[in-house]
Amino acid sequence: MATTLPEPPQIEKHRTPERGSGNGGWKDLVPADGDLKVKLDYSPPPSSTGIWVVLFAITMMFAAFTSALVVRKGAAIDWQSFRLPPILYFNTLLLVASSVTLEISRRRVAAFMGGLKAHVQNPARWLYITLGLGLLFVAGQYIAWLQLQAEGLYLATNPSSSFFYLLTVTHALHVLGGLGGLLYVIRKLHKSALRRDQLVSTARYWHFMGLLWVYLLVLLWVKV
Amino acid sequence: MHDITAHSLQHHAPTGFIRKHVFSLDHKVIGKQYYALALVAAICGMILSWLMRIHLGWNNARIPGLQLLSKNGAPGGVMTPEFYLQLMTMHGTIMVFFVLTTAPFAAFGNFFLPIQVGAEDMPFPRFNMMSFWVTFVSFIVLMSSFFVADGPTLGGWTQYAPLNAVGAIAGPGQGMGVVLWMISIALFCVGQLLGSLNFITTTLDLRTKGMSFMRLPLSAWAWFITSCMGLTAFAVLMPACILAILDHVAGTSFFVASNLVVSDQLQPHSGGSTLLWQHLFWFFGHPEVYIAIVPGLGIVSHILLTNMRKQMLSQRVLIYCMGALAVLSYMVYGHHMFVSGMNPYSSLAFSFPTLIITIPATIVVLIWTFSLYGSKLRINSASLFALGFISMFVSGGVSGFFLAQPSIDIMLHATYFVVGHFHLVMAVAAMFGIFAGTYFWFPKMSGRMMNEKLGQVHFILSFVGAYCIFMPFHYLGMVGNVRRYASFVDDFTVPLIPVHRFITIAALITGAAQVIFVYNLVYSRFWGKLATENPWEGTSLEWSTTSPPPFDNFGGKHPVVYHDPYQYGVESSTGDYVMQTSPEQVATPRDEK
Repeated sequence: MATTLPEPPQIEKHRTPERGSGNGGWKDLVPADGDLKVKLDYSPPPSSTGIWVVLFAITMMFAAFTSALVVRKGAAIDWQSFRLPPILYFNTLLLVASSVTLEISRRRVAAFMGGLKAHVQNPARWLYITLGLGLLFVAGQYIAWLQLQAEGLYLATNPSSSFFYLLTVTHALHVLGGLGGLLYVIRKLHKSALRRDQLVSTARYWHFMGLLWVYLLVLLWVKV
Repeated sequence: MHDITAHSLQHHAPTGFIRKHVFSLDHKVIGKQYYALALVAAICGMILSWLMRIHLGWNNARIPGLQLLSKNGAPGGVMTPEFYLQLMTMHGTIMVFFVLTTAPFAAFGNFFLPIQVGAEDMPFPRFNMMSFWVTFVSFIVLMSSFFVADGPTLGGWTQYAPLNAVGAIAGPGQGMGVVLWMISIALFCVGQLLGSLNFITTTLDLRTKGMSFMRLPLSAWAWFITSCMGLTAFAVLMPACILAILDHVAGTSFFVASNLVVSDQLQPHSGGSTLLWQHLFWFFGHPEVYIAIVPGLGIVSHILLTNMRKQMLSQRVLIYCMGALAVLSYMVYGHHMFVSGMNPYSSLAFSFPTLIITIPATIVVLIWTFSLYGSKLRINSASLFALGFISMFVSGGVSGFFLAQPSIDIMLHATYFVVGHFHLVMAVAAMFGIFAGTYFWFPKMSGRMMNEKLGQVHFILSFVGAYCIFMPFHYLGMVGNVRRYASFVDDFTVPLIPVHRFITIAALITGAAQVIFVYNLVYSRFWGKLATENPWEGTSLEWSTTSPPPFDNFGGKHPVVYHDPYQYGVESSTGDYVMQTSPEQVATPRDEK
């Protein structure tokens, strides 16, 4: 997976008024009453803010699922617990490892973008490794679903299996979204058009997927 | 203003028809698309309400052509009780989601939020475009349920479990109709989440130089607060819809209880919680009421300030009150469930914040009232509808005091009292906010003025008509007239039929009056008087650019903000106001420190 990049992309500079919008925080620079205050003259790029908004929405979604699980189990007389497929623990390791490799790649890409081209020969390599680990995670989840099916546990078999499939499939779909984000970043990197905030936002999303999975695993382990 | 270079734009002005008018990335075009969708939806919803009202007034009346809508639901043009419920469900769903959420928030917000903060566009234009088209598809999916075998679902806009999950055996429309409803609403949630993402990031990150939070116009504040509410509420409704779809099509048992017998058949579900659906739904449902009304609070404040020509009693407190309404709206949702059989202590817990939430709402009304006192209000269509908004908001809000108390709500919950309450406080008030916004911003959106006389006639007919329709509902409720019934055959309800007939006639006339509005809208769009840049002598940023604004909103300039948004009642070179973009220093009573 060796890649050759023509030149380091430019690091996006902090926004200035002349470069268009995005200057929230330029408060009181031109006050009406002359009461000039020193304010931070920089606001983050929208994608940095946007990713937190996205993560909040995802959190609310899984909070709704969690409350449904707690209420449903609390009132259930038909709940049948089952043993989680052991491959889930291996999958967890894969996802944690992918977060580590993404952090490495983020630092390498940052160094590359910072002009240390000579020291960073292959900035996309660790992104590819992260991508591979993410794909392995999804494949591992698929194997877990097959194992449960082999035991006769389907979506509608029992409320416990319903919640297992619901949570793991929804999470896997979000991980696939993260893989799409990684592919986007790699493509942008190859075109020397990657912005730092794009990489940072993708990394935040990916790390959140890891955290969310650890939470879900604990929830499933305790409740299912 | 600072010059900005063309490359700072996120995307260039499109030239092809498709990119310019259909799959446009321009927030202004997307705002207009949302408005058009809401207009079509409002017409559909109003026609459905007419059909229901005619049936309630004259039970066996034959409505010509009704059988075309549903052969089984209206054989020979006479409505069956089931079809009445199907129309009621579709009316509620269309109006709540595709009119009251879409027009004041998504339509006006898309068009004006970026301009009011001084930005060139939303930060994620592609997501913005997707947001509209997903909403459009959602509407098509919902309306397509009229064309499936059993027609649309009859479960009401709340789609309570287990009726939403057991399938066609539960009645006409409970098969494919429910599935289409759920898919439609899940899609709608996706659209609104994408919209909220753009609204929040626009407000936080794209404010122009000098535009501090307290210099944002009240309408921009309202859209920002609403988008925060939408982000939380729709992110919960969507998973609830997913669970319901799974119960319906995949045989899971999230919401369907054990040993449920429907139409003499034992249902193959076990152990689900019907209350769980209600909790998830109303966690969305009550904030949804505020998602519909908070933009109206901001829009009406914005319009009143422009027409009062003086400052608000306290702009800051009004912002805090809108924020308080948003936060409290998540703590009160259980008041919709007083009769659901939940623990009576829970009712008490939900009743208390329900009474508390009236405090910020009352403060908002008092701020408006005392600000209006002594002002020389400019009377025009926009300001009249803004006053009408306040009237409806107060009239509907007062009945909320009664319903907030479980002991009274238990008696009134299933009656027309509730119908009168929520229609006035949420539906009619929000509609008046939409009308006010339309008359006020139409010159900016189209470059032409609407006809004032027609607008004022429209207001008078709508104002009187709305009270004639919805006030009698309170009386009907207090004498025990049950809602959701297609006909009234009990001894004590038969004498109420003349009241229903009066309401029906009022609804038909008020509905017909809306033709004046549509005519005015369409005529003015093409042949109305040309609008100037600032026809109302407003101060916020939308009035500092051309009518309609250019593609990049400020014609290659970057606005700089010097003042808070409502500098009226001052002596300046332009008159009794100072634009936000004017560097002119004037003695103002309360310019932001």
